Amino acid sequence: MSSESPTTVVNAGDLRTEEMLLNMGPQHPATHGVLRVMVRTDGELVLDCEPHVGYLHRCFEKHCESVTTLQSVLYTDRLDYLTAMGNNWGFCMAVEKLYGDELVIPERAQYIRVICQELNRIASHLLAIGTYGMDIGAITPFLYCFREREKILTIFEHICGQRLNYNYIRPGGVAYDIDEGMLRLISEFCAYFGPKVDEYDDLLSTNDIFVQRTAHVGVLPVKTAIDFGCTGPVLRGSGVPRDLRKDQPYGIYDRFEFDVPVGSGERGTLGDCFDRYMVRVREMRESLRIVQQAVKGIPAGEIRSSKIKAKIRPPKGEAYTRIENSRGELGFYVVSEGKEVLYRVKCRAPSFHNISVLPEISRGAMVADLIAIIGSMDIVLGEVDR
Amino acid sequence: MDTQTLVQWVLGENPGFWPQLIGVVAAWALPITVWVSLVGLISIWLERKISAHIQCRLGPMEVGPHGALQTIADGVKLLAKEDIIPDGADRFLFALAPILAFAGTFVSFAVIPFGPDLIIADLDAGLYFLAAVGSLEAIGVIAAGWASNNKWSLFGSVRAATQVVSYEIPMGLAFVTVAVVAGTLSITGIVEQQSGMIWNWYLFRNPVMPIAFISYYIASLAECKRAPFDLPEAESELVSGFHTEYSGMRFAIFFLAEYAAMYVVSALASVMFLGGWYTGIAPLDRAVAESGLWANALGALVIITKSFALIFVQMWLRWTLPRIRLDQMMTLCLKVMVPIGMFTLVIAALWQALVPEGAALDAAGHPAHPVVGSVTGMLVFVFLIVGGSMWVRSTIRATTSFKTANYRA
Amino acid sequence: MAQVNPAVTALAAAVDKAFGAKITERDLNGIEPFLRCEPATWPELARFLKDRCGMDMLACLSGIDRGKGQGLEAVYNVESCAAQRTGISIRIRVPLDNPVIPSVESVWRTADWHERECWDLVGIRFEGHHNLVRILCAEDWEGHPLRKDYKSPDRYHGIKNNVV
Repeated sequence: MSSESPTTVVNAGDLRTEEMLLNMGPQHPATHGVLRVMVRTDGELVLDCEPHVGYLHRCFEKHCESVTTLQSVLYTDRLDYLTAMGNNWGFCMAVEKLYGDELVIPERAQYIRVICQELNRIASHLLAIGTYGMDIGAITPFLYCFREREKILTIFEHICGQRLNYNYIRPGGVAYDIDEGMLRLISEFCAYFGPKVDEYDDLLSTNDIFVQRTAHVGVLPVKTAIDFGCTGPVLRGSGVPRDLRKDQPYGIYDRFEFDVPVGSGERGTLGDCFDRYMVRVREMRESLRIVQQAVKGIPAGEIRSSKIKAKIRPPKGEAYTRIENSRGELGFYVVSEGKEVLYRVKCRAPSFHNISVLPEISRGAMVADLIAIIGSMDIVLGEVDR
Repeated sequence: MDTQTLVQWVLGENPGFWPQLIGVVAAWALPITVWVSLVGLISIWLERKISAHIQCRLGPMEVGPHGALQTIADGVKLLAKEDIIPDGADRFLFALAPILAFAGTFVSFAVIPFGPDLIIADLDAGLYFLAAVGSLEAIGVIAAGWASNNKWSLFGSVRAATQVVSYEIPMGLAFVTVAVVAGTLSITGIVEQQSGMIWNWYLFRNPVMPIAFISYYIASLAECKRAPFDLPEAESELVSGFHTEYSGMRFAIFFLAEYAAMYVVSALASVMFLGGWYTGIAPLDRAVAESGLWANALGALVIITKSFALIFVQMWLRWTLPRIRLDQMMTLCLKVMVPIGMFTLVIAALWQALVPEGAALDAAGHPAHPVVGSVTGMLVFVFLIVGGSMWVRSTIRATTSFKTANYRA
Repeated sequence: MAQVNPAVTALAAAVDKAFGAKITERDLNGIEPFLRCEPATWPELARFLKDRCGMDMLACLSGIDRGKGQGLEAVYNVESCAAQRTGISIRIRVPLDNPVIPSVESVWRTADWHERECWDLVGIRFEGHHNLVRILCAEDWEGHPLRKDYKSPDRYHGIKNNVV
């Protein structure tokens, strides 16, 4: 403050506005899990924020060192619990890579894997879009998205008996076969779902208030995104057309025709929250296309490779595989000593990277924008913390 | 029969000052308390059912037919809850805040009419009284956020302060527009001029009245802190905003205050723009006008129906639209709604002064057939509805361009 | 899997040309192509990979306890966004009594969190990291859980450890 004399005018530069340290605690309706963000604000303006993770750390990697390979598949479900099929597949692919070229996954199993993964992608994006609308304040689309999600979860319940943690894709193939009835259910769902995405566009994507809340907010420049290891819709929202299903096709993805939606700053700036959101909406349509093609082309045959026995003993070696999960590049680095129990498993989680970029893009935003940004990153704490 | 005579009839001729004062207050307070509780009951049930049906689900179905008694069960539950005051909270303010918030709305009921004779205080400056007393709620909300000793509640209350105080300007401008057209601030005076057929309603009185109505309605949404203006209680950001730390009966009072405020602003909209207790069918109004009882019964039914219709629209909007951000809300208020409010005020005043509505005057000395105004008003109203819908449809249909663009080759 | 990606071979050749003997081990024909280097070479190699070879993304950093007196190892999987996500892994081994690797935070910013996790779970210290604190375990946790000789504590702040 300025001098002692009572007649001196206080210099405006001496007045300090108070900074507030706000704790968006582990329990918060909008952090999509147990994420703690320490926010330093000047009123409503965010000066800096620091995410603290680790509240959902359940020692997945340590568990994999003491249970058998088949039992580890169970633990992978719980990583990104919204896209459990993808987690299963990623881990199984890493184990299968250890076998080298001699292991061939049967065709039918490959088709089933693709169907399950893409249906799961739709379910995951539905949840992402619904909860994002809810974070912004539109509560009704959340209920509509969950209505569609229920149908997908019913399909999964038919296929493997579980609605959320499937434990279905196993090393060598899949666990159970799917029959005509299930395929009919899936086709019915495909016919039903297309117009529903139009409904979400009507309610959310074109709503002026929603666009104003998400356009120009949380702009993620391309260089920052790559530097921080962001992948998936977060990277594609910034205009980078990278999708592992096209770049390094795994499984039988090279047989299907689908596009990769990319953000373009259509309503705001390139790489803002609206771009990331629209990438997810369009990805749902593309996944639908893939499922329709897969259901048409699925052959009869085995569902598990006979090379992998009941007791899975991966050969000695190390392998890193990655798949395009709903949130980005999900990688598994697997070290095997030739025993039933793996020596080391490391999971590379896309949400881990996506949330690390939060401080970079939220400086200068408002607290309400911080919510919008976290929602657009679509993180699942299960895989951030493992 | 007014309260004075009622009180004297109960207490006898020439009661003392204090018995008379208490008697008068009780005679006012009791019916309002009953009515406010009833409004709260019905509104909360309506909210839950409307939101449920919009969201493809059923809502309360267990307690009573279609969950009609659910709110009573919830009320009993809230009464029975433990009263928690957070550590470090300012106990006096914490206890006072809900009362302040409720008091503002409660007192407004004194000038809300239910029928030609069913108004507790027919003040000459009823509109002015409402504008003044309604602001008391803002103090309660701010006190609640401050007293909770919780940064998130503070956020909510600061947002509420900004919002409620700012949106009183467009609301006040709408009030003044109506006062200019009516020539009086008295509630009954305003309604009396809307007697007759439906085109006599102030909504169509001159070309800018529909605009003033919409401006008032939006401002009233912001005053009641309803979506899309529910930043102060933004559920997904601030848990519950300024009333996060409130539980049990204290929370029930806030809750009741919100729904009572919704009723007050809707009733005010009906009174100012939609003809008050007149049905808009002149022969029907004339037929019941002779019998005081039937006039009041019909009037009460009409005004309550109109108010609840507007409440329904408020709820409909809440479950459709997302939440608007603080700076966008302030931009909307100061850069859009205040200019519109001033525009409507100026045009309405000029219209009053310059447009001749014929020499015929009705019994009260007001223009009997404001033909020019009604016709232009109705045209503007229809134009706004139709044009607005077409514009909204055009933005939605633009999604076809989303479907094919922006894909990687 | 057994066929070698030509992009990877070209990349390895470029690295060999620049670093020569500093690459102590290479295997491009197995299921997981990798290069090995000493901790001291790592920052230079990282910078080379990013600037000259286009490896702009650090995808994964795995810390492995090789056990049986073999020390700890950090495996970096880097990939190139521009070149269709071609990737290679770099392995760096450090002794158990002095597990220090220079930090590459200044090369790939994502290494910030990766190195914190590696420090937290495996115990490799990254020199030059601006804020090497635990990220997944609690701040006052003792020990590095993913080491093979790790024993979980009996109690944590009075809470009994019921793990058998």
